[in-house]
Amino acid sequence: MSFLIARSIEDAVTALAEGARPVAGGSDLVVGARHGAGTLPSKLVAIDRIRELKVLQFDDTGCTIGAGVTHAQLMTDARIVQHYPALADASALVGSPSTRNVGTLGGNIMNGSPAMDTGAPLLVLNAAVELRSQSGQRQLPIAALWSGPGTTTAAAGELCTAVFLPPAGERSSSAYVRLEYRRAMEIAVAGAAASITLNADGTIAALNVALAAVGPTIMSVELDVAGRPIDDATLALVAQAASTQARPISDLRASDTYRRHTIGVMARRAVDAAARRANGELIAVPVNRTLGIGASS
Amino acid sequence: MTASVVAVKLRVNGTEYPLAIDMTRNLLGVIRDDVGLTGTKEGCDDCECGACMVLLDGQPVNSCSYLAVQAQGREIRTVEGLMVDNKMHTLQANILEAGGVQCGFCTPGMLMSACALLERNPNPTREEIQIGISGNLCRCTGYARIIEAIERSI
Repeated sequence: MSFLIARSIEDAVTALAEGARPVAGGSDLVVGARHGAGTLPSKLVAIDRIRELKVLQFDDTGCTIGAGVTHAQLMTDARIVQHYPALADASALVGSPSTRNVGTLGGNIMNGSPAMDTGAPLLVLNAAVELRSQSGQRQLPIAALWSGPGTTTAAAGELCTAVFLPPAGERSSSAYVRLEYRRAMEIAVAGAAASITLNADGTIAALNVALAAVGPTIMSVELDVAGRPIDDATLALVAQAASTQARPISDLRASDTYRRHTIGVMARRAVDAAARRANGELIAVPVNRTLGIGASS
Repeated sequence: MTASVVAVKLRVNGTEYPLAIDMTRNLLGVIRDDVGLTGTKEGCDDCECGACMVLLDGQPVNSCSYLAVQAQGREIRTVEGLMVDNKMHTLQANILEAGGVQCGFCTPGMLMSACALLERNPNPTREEIQIGISGNLCRCTGYARIIEAIERSI
């Protein structure tokens, strides 16, 4: 049994190489080790005091978000809200104020839950993930990170250190919406993110849609809507594609049939909200509250 | 002393406590059983109900799901820290006055979330208050009088 508070990424990856598991806020790790669900790892390295993991930096190449940046920071950072609102929407829906204070972006994506809120936004925003180990570092597209429910392609000695987002272009925006049964301490029943770029005439130049909680991992939707206007027919196509391509299961939160239907509704609402934002409309974070999607008060 | 026991110093309500604790223990248990402050409650023990809410460097944290060893070097505040010179905090006086206490089990956690909210946002809207205490369950009051108590404390 050992516990170390790491002060640098080097400290942390050395501990990982010796078999330690990283802990940031502990909101997945500690809760997961209770009620007979499992035990805490015998070696832990705390990574919540590593300054390099707290980076939140914007430049010409886009945005670098340290793995230790919390949901509370992401939902309130004015630059994230402006350039990557889907990520702010998602962060604002995680748990409660206390969960968002300790929960980190790195923890959310590395925990690998198919219902994670930040995953679909990062996928539609074409995020890349940086993994560091004693033998070096590598970057991979976030789509290549998740391998199944609760699993990733990261090796045991690899630490997620940062997430990179390419710059948000002109007439572009994004949104994340989810079906939920209550307004706090909730997990997505079905969630959808959209990132859109519009042509000068308002038609679609590019559209990415990704889904949460309707498959073994966060999943992209295959779409062929470039050049189409944002109208009911296009949104119906998006909804149909999302519902058709989803691979939901039935569990205590919803049946597969219900998830398959509602994910289409979530997807079209995410695209509609992203397009409205791309057209300059101010829709406050999170879209769920502003547009009354999900649980109402 | 087994290998999993770690010597730590935890600072609670301004007092430093040198402790020897197992690295797997949660902050809630250490505050209650080792420090001896039992105002902080264990409700669900699953990060859902907020009865265990304490402030860590001014931010609300579910102490049931936070490792005690991770709180080293942080300023921990519990409901006992709200009283100064034997005088109740405004929030405490108002939650009593407004009738926001029935069984009382959620009250310490509710007060800590409300305290953190008012410290970072001294003039919250009703919606901001609702979000501020959204991690705290109360099964008695229906929340209306708790929200009223927080509004009176602005």
